[in-house]
Amino acid sequence: MSWKRRSAFFAVMLVSLMLILAGCGGSKTASAPKSPADSPASEEKIKVAFVYVGPVGDAGWTTSHDNGRKYLVEKMPNVETTIVENVPEGADAERVITQLAEKGNKIIFTTSYGYMDPTINVAAKYPEVVFMHNSGFKTAKNVGTYFGRIYQARYLSGIVAGKTTKSNTIGYVAAHPIPEVIRGINAFTLGVQSVNPNAKVKVIWTNTWYDPAAEKEAGNTLLAAGADVLAQHQDTPGPMQAAEQQGKFGIGYNTDMSKMAPKAVLTSAIWNWGPYYVKTVEAVKNKTWTNEQYWGGLSDGIVDLAPFGPMVDEGTKSLVAEAKQKILSKKWDVFTGPIKDQTGAVKVAEGQKMTDAEMLSFNWFVAGVDGTIPKN
Amino acid sequence: MEGINSEIIIVILATGIRLAAPFLLAALGEMFTQRSGVYNLGVEGIMMMGAFVGFFITLIGGSPLLGIAASLVVGALMGLLMAVVSVTFKAEQGISGIGLYMLGWGLSGLLFRLYVGAITTIDGLKPVAIPLLSDIPFLGPILFNQNGLVYSAFLLVPISAFILYKTTWGLNVRAVGTMPEAADTLGVSVQGIRYQCLIVGSMLAGLAGAFLTVGHANMYADNITAGRGFISIALVYFGRWSPWGIMLGALLFSMADSFQSMVQVLGINFPYELAVVLPYVITIFALAISFGRVWGPAALGKPFQRGTRG
Repeated sequence: MSWKRRSAFFAVMLVSLMLILAGCGGSKTASAPKSPADSPASEEKIKVAFVYVGPVGDAGWTTSHDNGRKYLVEKMPNVETTIVENVPEGADAERVITQLAEKGNKIIFTTSYGYMDPTINVAAKYPEVVFMHNSGFKTAKNVGTYFGRIYQARYLSGIVAGKTTKSNTIGYVAAHPIPEVIRGINAFTLGVQSVNPNAKVKVIWTNTWYDPAAEKEAGNTLLAAGADVLAQHQDTPGPMQAAEQQGKFGIGYNTDMSKMAPKAVLTSAIWNWGPYYVKTVEAVKNKTWTNEQYWGGLSDGIVDLAPFGPMVDEGTKSLVAEAKQKILSKKWDVFTGPIKDQTGAVKVAEGQKMTDAEMLSFNWFVAGVDGTIPKN
Repeated sequence: MEGINSEIIIVILATGIRLAAPFLLAALGEMFTQRSGVYNLGVEGIMMMGAFVGFFITLIGGSPLLGIAASLVVGALMGLLMAVVSVTFKAEQGISGIGLYMLGWGLSGLLFRLYVGAITTIDGLKPVAIPLLSDIPFLGPILFNQNGLVYSAFLLVPISAFILYKTTWGLNVRAVGTMPEAADTLGVSVQGIRYQCLIVGSMLAGLAGAFLTVGHANMYADNITAGRGFISIALVYFGRWSPWGIMLGALLFSMADSFQSMVQVLGINFPYELAVVLPYVITIFALAISFGRVWGPAALGKPFQRGTRG
């Protein structure tokens, strides 16, 4: 019956059309525009690829990496970059990374924790390609890891929050209860308490990295509970929007969020991957690259504070500058004792520094945090 | 337990009311669609398109009302597409609904990429305090200081009930969804009614999407609906295809959500995860006890072909 056949045909056509369109939005490969100024024929192009977990326009994590990529292209004109966005963590990532290696990329940056095993797997098949995995812990002969001590920037932003709060209640919208997030909350709280021992940091878990509506609502809830400054470990400016609309203040994350909430954002704890990307590509070019496990801090500029908003006073700025100097001196770091936990017990003795291993497995809150870590 | 006072309770309830709006709009739309015998699994995709278009038109046109109008138009177009595929061409409804979802997801992301690029904020809808009513102690700030889309969503509940149960059109919808052959014999256009329901239902889904961007987050991000469209479909079953039942379900979900975040902030000794899963558990429970009894439209999911038995 022609009816049936025609509808079947139509349905197939439509579904294919939909899939094509879905594919377009889902993961689009885009080459960065090559700059025309740089074609000295003598120098060979270095092909570098980036694998992103989100869209470049997320104003968060992926934007921070893409800003780094743009910096790389600007500083090293003979670099040609390829990006792949919205790559799901897991098996699909392995396919994408393999394709990038096949296409002749010499260095591949995989910028999400969940790309760890796919990166290691693909690297084994392409020994001549250098792989750099962001935020993981597995290395191989041609695989290094890199991450930043964002907790140092969070500590500094905590000083700003502690000086700004009038209600002595600061809200913190947090994604998932994992060591990275807990470390950030602790560092922030230590910063707050260093200038304002009466202030508390209230924490809400949203159980999502990326849901602007839910993040904003969590921010609203914290404001309703008396917070007058909001900080966040989330990938969208949702919480900053909540602060902006209610005439309160906020501390952004990932990138400078002041554009999304100009009246609210005091500063942001930001990632600055650019210089590290330049350094890595140069090392590969000069054949000095090693499979290091890099965890850089303020002193390398890989993490930093965004410019202050106009509402931040000079006194606060100088307190931040002082603390920054202390960290840069390397004699002191954020998690140097004495540090007490929520029960008041001393966890880190006076003068002692937490080791990297201890920081990477944080599972307790410092005193001053008003919240709980769900038990798994 | 410090800090629990009437002000906090007001915030929990007012937030719960506000967050019920997208569920309510999308689920009422889906209710009409299913009542006419078609289930539309594409609600999530339509919401994404409504969210993007509402945001984008507000961004370039400067008026949230224009954005909302545009979200209705894009919803209607997507409903029309679904109707052509599933009513005229009788494609399997589940598959075409999923296709519509993927279309909405991909297309909204693509358009955002092409025309906006990076997260940008807009001036969305402002809360409108209703004079006198908003001054009522306790209830006033909970019920009567919301934005226009929230009022519309709740007003649509009695309106939908009236349309469904008291008008000829509503009777036709129910007839077409229950016994299309009989309706057809009586001269009711089965396809016409299904087209109308899909279009109206999808307009409401588009509006639900616009609520998220224009009426709540004031920005657009990929996948901003985060599964709310699918929850809305479940709510139709939960509410047993009745507007009041759907309202109850929508409020249950949104209140539980509002409650769980407040539980965390107040340090109440209650596992907040429990509050998060509670509505889902209740939904499964409600579906389980209704299983085996005929609640839904009898012809749901069956394309109508004149001269054959459904």
